[in-house]
Amino acid sequence: MDISLQKVEYRYQAKTPFERLAIKDVSINIPSGTFLAIIGHTGSGKSTVLQHLNALLKPTAGKVVIGDKEVTADKKQKNLKEVRQKVGIVFQFPEHQLFEETVEKDICFGPMNFGVTMEEAQRRAKVAIKQVGLSEEILSKSPFDLSGGQMRRVAIAGVLAMEPDVIVLDEPTAGLDPRGRKEIMDMFHALHIERKLSTVLVTHSMEDASKYADHIVIMQNGEVYKKGTPEEIFTSPEDLMQLGLDVPEVVRFQQKIEETFHIKFSQTCLTVEMLTKEIASLLKGGGQK
Amino acid sequence: MMEKMIFGRYVPAQSLIHRMDPRSKLVIIFLFVCIVFIANNSLTYGLLAIYTLVMISLSKVPFRFIISGLKPVLWLVLFTLLLHLFLTKEGELLFQAGWFSIYEEGLRQGIFISLRFFLLILMTSILTLTTTPIEITDGLENLLHPLNKVKFPVHELALMMSISLRFIPTLMQETDKIMKAQTARGVDFSSGPIKDRVKAIIPLLIPLFVNSFKRAEELATAMEARGYRGGEGRTKYRQLSWGIKDTSMLVFLGILTALLVLFRT
Amino acid sequence: MSKEKLVQLDNISFQYALETGFALRNVSFDIYEGEWLALVGHNGSGKSTLAKLLNGLHFPQEGSIKVNGMLLTEESVWEIRKKIGMVFQNPDNQFVGTTVKDDVAFGLENNGIVREEMLERVKYSLEKVKMAQFLDQEPHHLSGGQKQRVAIAGVIALRPSIIILDEATSMLDPRGREEVLETVRELKENHHMTVISITHDLEEAVKADRIIVMNKGELYREGSPKEIFQLDEELVQLSLDIPFPVKLSKLLKEQGVSLSRHFLSEEELVAELWTSHYKK
Repeated sequence: MDISLQKVEYRYQAKTPFERLAIKDVSINIPSGTFLAIIGHTGSGKSTVLQHLNALLKPTAGKVVIGDKEVTADKKQKNLKEVRQKVGIVFQFPEHQLFEETVEKDICFGPMNFGVTMEEAQRRAKVAIKQVGLSEEILSKSPFDLSGGQMRRVAIAGVLAMEPDVIVLDEPTAGLDPRGRKEIMDMFHALHIERKLSTVLVTHSMEDASKYADHIVIMQNGEVYKKGTPEEIFTSPEDLMQLGLDVPEVVRFQQKIEETFHIKFSQTCLTVEMLTKEIASLLKGGGQK
Repeated sequence: MMEKMIFGRYVPAQSLIHRMDPRSKLVIIFLFVCIVFIANNSLTYGLLAIYTLVMISLSKVPFRFIISGLKPVLWLVLFTLLLHLFLTKEGELLFQAGWFSIYEEGLRQGIFISLRFFLLILMTSILTLTTTPIEITDGLENLLHPLNKVKFPVHELALMMSISLRFIPTLMQETDKIMKAQTARGVDFSSGPIKDRVKAIIPLLIPLFVNSFKRAEELATAMEARGYRGGEGRTKYRQLSWGIKDTSMLVFLGILTALLVLFRT
Repeated sequence: MSKEKLVQLDNISFQYALETGFALRNVSFDIYEGEWLALVGHNGSGKSTLAKLLNGLHFPQEGSIKVNGMLLTEESVWEIRKKIGMVFQNPDNQFVGTTVKDDVAFGLENNGIVREEMLERVKYSLEKVKMAQFLDQEPHHLSGGQKQRVAIAGVIALRPSIIILDEATSMLDPRGREEVLETVRELKENHHMTVISITHDLEEAVKADRIIVMNKGELYREGSPKEIFQLDEELVQLSLDIPFPVKLSKLLKEQGVSLSRHFLSEEELVAELWTSHYKK
């Protein structure tokens, strides 16, 4: 399912003394099967964009097209449920939304809200719990007896069990230790590859964006500052640094080498392996001089 | 949803009323609530209305702001008026249509009582519009201080109040966040039969409670780590200062009281 | 080394009530005056429990803790808390005051500091963390990084000799994290503060003077960042990460590029590549 934002504007508390413009003139295309990363500082408007992806917010101007559904400021929307089933959102610290007595019930909650039968929901729960790397025994436990990392995974399973076409992730690894972070991101990446699941990752982490995404959108002060493939984005790291944004370590290192050696690599390396090869061949060439 | 509640929200400004000691404001409100009941004719009600209007203009809070904030309560005032119109059957008959009739006394009483009600609401909202909740808490703590002698936990109560005030915005943000998360999981908070909507509250309330308990626990730890061990031996950073303006405002209210007593019938 | 021992932990074991198994087992180490000590380990390795013991929020079942030579007991705990300030993980759940200045004053009020001095210390500590212009701001208008800086101001207002950061940057965005670390670095340099930071952020750990690695409640390894990050795969086993320059050094060696050692900083690695391989 394709999603596209067309010149979207959103004002919080419109027409009150507290009105505040959050995003303006935001146009983003998310064709089916993409892995898109949205990057920006806190307050850059990326969370507001995220909430438009399944009509949690309605634009105050412009329009959002989700599949065959159009969401605009003046149209009364019915059947948003259908949209919400197709676009699953994993919010930041999703473990805060757990509430049921057992893990299984909590995972089944979403699917059953969308009219799935109990048997089907339970079947999906079994699949989802394995997908997030937990064992089936955990299904009968209370979510509140689990560790923080396990709760996070259960909450993610709850969204996966809705079997959405698009999954939106808001800082899914915040607060986890390095291994937890890597496991979660690898899992989403695998889902994206195996099931062609469209994925939108909202993050601060340039590392994750460059590693997993095939398209990147950079938000700044409520507007789209730049968009393109990771190669395009990181070819001019100076721009990003000027905004006070990080660049991936690999890119930063390549830049340092290029500055010191007064040379330019033929490409922007996005993985350590690529960079190692480039440096190794450079040194061999350099040694001959 | 939560964002729309304007009623009683503090509006920062540098007016005379803003700068008054919260204690004097609290005392004045308390006395005003009492003297409102002295008024019983047009003149005395008129005096009360003028006093309230003077207070509003001194507070420098835009009038439309006060009115827009009062909208939800206006229905209550209107309801009071109608109740008296329909139920009081004394004095001259003014209007009749079938079973429906309005008497002079009903109209008079209706207007007076809803006006009284309206003025009380106005005065209390001036208090909350010009005084930060924490100032009110400090004022109350100070006024209630004598109750310490009868082992009433004034300090603890004030601390509880100030912590609740501190966390109201945080909890609102959290409520909003959980609501959105559950909406994304297919919960419908805003439409459908009542039964479903009541059921929809559970996935909102439970996480909210669980998170609040966790917050409370962490906050208690943080407070202990920062050396909190009850009210004894504590000094106070915020100070209240009673000035000439406070005394004069009280005197002003005294004059109003005297006039009310003089002109009531 | 002739550095003063500020804190001494002697054979500490601790078990939470209602829980089987020890959260900490036979942990001993010293903390020296003026150092930046990073405590790293996976979630649940016991590093946060350790912080709570240092502040007397829990007491160990076995072993003893001495701060400045004073034994940490139920009696001395309030004295010791004045010397050890703590900044916790969640910026929201440690902000007690309704405004920035009230929050900084909270600790001072608790310790019965007279008002005149409070005014001075609040102002001074907020200047130190560069939050002086936010004196009257309410917490929900502040970013996570700003709230944590206010928390630090609250700590330094009490003039402690040690500041413990209990995963204080883990909920912040990169900008907030940098703000907070910068502030703490400044305090350490110019005010001789001893810093204990509990973290799984590598950049934080790499810049520490000393690292202690915790694993399953036990002290796994202790050493300088250089020593610790040579452990390499062992760290990955402990669910930690390896800093980028170390990772790259290793891969370069595999590609046949000879390096004198594994490098912790990018600058050093670039310099080595430049001087020993290219500039000939």
